[in-house]
Amino acid sequence: MVDFIEIFVERVVHFIENVVQPHFNYWSYVVLMMIGLWGLIAKRNLIKKLIGLSIFQTAIILFYVSLGVKADATIPVFDYEAEKSKSAAVVLPAEPSEMGGKSDGKYKKIDPDHYANPLPHVLMLTAIVVGVATLGVALAVAQSIFKDFGTLEEHEILEKIKTGDYVKHD
Amino acid sequence: MAMKWLALVAVVFTGALLIYGVSDFPDWGSADSPANGGIEGAGRSVSQTFIQETKPLTHVPNMVTAVLADYRGYDTMFETVVVFAAGMAIFAVLRVLKTVDGQHSRVIRDRSVDGDHQRIIVGTTCKILIPVIQMFALYVVAHGHHSPGGGFQGGVILGASFILLGLSDGMETAMERLSEGKFVAMAAIGVLIYAGIGLLSQFVGRDFLDYGALQPLLGTPDEGWARSHAMLGVEVGVTFTVTAIMFAIYVNLASKGELKGGL
Amino acid sequence: MIDQLPVICVLSPLFGALFVALFGSRSHSACFPIAIVSLVISLICAIGCTQQVFTTGQAMDYFVGGWGAGKVVEGVEIPLGFGIQLRVDHLNALVLCIIGIAVLLVSIFAIRPQGEKDTEKTHYFYSLFLMLACGLFGQTITRDAFNLFVLVEVSSLASYGLIAMGSSPRGTVAAFNYIIMGTVGASFYLLGVGYLYLKTGTLNMDGIRQVIELSPDVADSRSVMVAFILIMLGMWIKMAFFPLYGWLPNAYSYCPSSAGAVLAPLMTKVSVYVMIRMMITVFGLEWVFESFDWSALIVWLAVIAIFAGSVFALAQNELKKMLCYLIVAEVGYMVGGAWLADADRWGLTGAIYHILADALMTLCLFLAVATFAKRAGVIKLDDLDGLFKKMPLTMVGFIVGALAMIGVPPTCGFFSKFYLIRGGIESGRWEFVIALLVSSLVNAILFFRIFEIAYFGSSPPEGHGHHDDEEHGETTARRGLEAPLTSLVPLWITAALIIGLGLMNGQVVEFIRKTVGLLGGGAA
Repeated sequence: MVDFIEIFVERVVHFIENVVQPHFNYWSYVVLMMIGLWGLIAKRNLIKKLIGLSIFQTAIILFYVSLGVKADATIPVFDYEAEKSKSAAVVLPAEPSEMGGKSDGKYKKIDPDHYANPLPHVLMLTAIVVGVATLGVALAVAQSIFKDFGTLEEHEILEKIKTGDYVKHD
Repeated sequence: MAMKWLALVAVVFTGALLIYGVSDFPDWGSADSPANGGIEGAGRSVSQTFIQETKPLTHVPNMVTAVLADYRGYDTMFETVVVFAAGMAIFAVLRVLKTVDGQHSRVIRDRSVDGDHQRIIVGTTCKILIPVIQMFALYVVAHGHHSPGGGFQGGVILGASFILLGLSDGMETAMERLSEGKFVAMAAIGVLIYAGIGLLSQFVGRDFLDYGALQPLLGTPDEGWARSHAMLGVEVGVTFTVTAIMFAIYVNLASKGELKGGL
Repeated sequence: MIDQLPVICVLSPLFGALFVALFGSRSHSACFPIAIVSLVISLICAIGCTQQVFTTGQAMDYFVGGWGAGKVVEGVEIPLGFGIQLRVDHLNALVLCIIGIAVLLVSIFAIRPQGEKDTEKTHYFYSLFLMLACGLFGQTITRDAFNLFVLVEVSSLASYGLIAMGSSPRGTVAAFNYIIMGTVGASFYLLGVGYLYLKTGTLNMDGIRQVIELSPDVADSRSVMVAFILIMLGMWIKMAFFPLYGWLPNAYSYCPSSAGAVLAPLMTKVSVYVMIRMMITVFGLEWVFESFDWSALIVWLAVIAIFAGSVFALAQNELKKMLCYLIVAEVGYMVGGAWLADADRWGLTGAIYHILADALMTLCLFLAVATFAKRAGVIKLDDLDGLFKKMPLTMVGFIVGALAMIGVPPTCGFFSKFYLIRGGIESGRWEFVIALLVSSLVNAILFFRIFEIAYFGSSPPEGHGHHDDEEHGETTARRGLEAPLTSLVPLWITAALIIGLGLMNGQVVEFIRKTVGLLGGGAA
């Protein structure tokens, strides 16, 4: 019995070290996303559904940002001082203000692994804004529902639709 | 109860699907993954090109800003349109335009309830805070080329300062500063600035949003600087829209669309 | 100038929306001309693009921001996927035209927005309407997988607003469900694009396909398969494919009727187009049908969708809801057709042709039904009683749409079914062929029941009082009931186009089949 537990624990540790750990962020995004999805489907209150929706969307942001991460990299803002002192291979002008113009290949020597991938950050800026916009519209619709039905519980709204017990505008 | 079982099935199924896809991802933080390092043998990846060539192409140190406002500027324009569309949708859903007599007697600016002490503390604090917040917002917009920041971030902060004014001094005070006509126009003008800059380069004879074409107009030494300046213009447009819509969302939701003191 | 057409097509409604927001609140009469002008410009651009593609036989490329692949800027060679690419090719040129026609006709139809009482909101309506058009145009021509997501959200947010702004509280509840479902669908799509980006390192559709074709490792990887499933799931939610259709009927039947008339024909159809675009351009048909090969399962789902849609439609008592369930069945046609996987791609051709045909048919029926609702207060089937005499001119349009839905030649509905059935026979999927035939039969029953009620009346005359009523009705009919020209002209144009598209089917199909990858069995 003890052996069995030991083997089981060993297996679990092995699994975590080799499968989960290298993809730790990806696993956590899936868990987070499923929490959101659960809230979205199982909760009856419309505002709780919206909270679920927000968690759902935020999980996607975690996923995207994770895929642009590079170990030991810094933020994707060009660091003049660091580039200048790091290696003589990069021939940069004396003053930052003189930089630019023709590439002439000198910037190819910048180590791309030194900076995180900027693209996922850009995409997620867009996704965040889209998420906020959707949430705003959803809240407005929820408020409009509350005006007509006097409740935000889904089953009560369905009940009221059946009985016709709501504010009709005609 | 049935809903809970359905939710459980959906969650387990989707979760399993996603984990299945994750299992052959490259390791987290790997610089050689296709997204970061490109496909083997296919030369420099797009992401590497962004990192290495942003400086010569646009003179902007912050690569995120360059990608956002220039290379993928078309995306960002529609992102601003999404914000604008959300604002319009909220107006369409909530705004109460028909005024029935006596219906508007609800007092939004009810100061007697809180008592004078609280109002003095909150009001004075906000009076000191709001200008600082707005200065910071402008800094975030202007400094987006060199550090994390830009139009969206700055716009949200600027919008928050107006919302703070609305919370502390009542919505009417805030609406006196930024009335309905003003913020709707401001939101539209923001997108108009963005799309207008793009259209301007079309009039010069290049493609939409090709900021390099604006070099003769801006009088910059090369096209890179023209791109840099045009990006700032675009960010200002974004700031306009985001500020206005953030405030619009707040006032609509807070007053159930009645917007006392509006049009 | 001509190379700028694709982007102008998208921008024109955007500027229209902005000007409506700026000037519309002061004078509502300014909204309508702005909307018409901007949509006419878009339609001209769409037709210009199609003309260009037709005469040159080549796709039109447009690189926003001048970041064209292979171009050298400041000594830097720009790789593919650096900026955002737009492309009008044989697949989307006609879709672009249909969208242009539909939004223009509905905007004429909507001169006085019906359904919503609050006419003070006219400028919000037009602003959202134009942004919806902008999003739909943009989705159709973009070649960038992420840009597609942003444009899907532009059109979705506009449609949430349009649905929720109606006066019916049930419409608001439906809009809430639609927001939840729509956002989940878009999120799945976004996630799928993320998986693809991680594996291929690019967001350009052609770039992704090149990597999948060149590298067997990527093509066989689980991530790409999951990405494909996620993208398909997302699009199926957006287009209301069978098990995920729950949001559609209420959302489209309780919204303002002019909003319904543009959403019902276009939103689902553009999602179907996006699905086909994903299959052809992003993954490549070869990969979809050979490596993935879920064709049998999905065609069965489509068969169930067709049956379910038809059965639910039969059970409906409300005219609009019946049409909404027919849309669910029609989506089954298109998804099933696209997945038939016959060697000559007749199923896929039929599905693309059906996008055009179904957009026109649905537009025609919704315009007619919205006119019935506005002029005669028709909501339920029984309300149609004797309407043929009262509104003969509107009824003509309705009949053309209905005959197309049933599949009577020479309307386009017949030819799209013809190509779909041909695909079904060639791929040996008899269940799909049977479903199509049964669905046609059900449509015939549904619409002939309506004709009967409208022509002969639903109930036998009940003595004297009824006759009085009818005579009285007839006198008002001559003046009051028949719809104004702003409603009739769009309806008749649509009806004419339905017949025109049917008669032109040979040329149209020939044009569609020039799409890269559609002929020769694989992604060329």
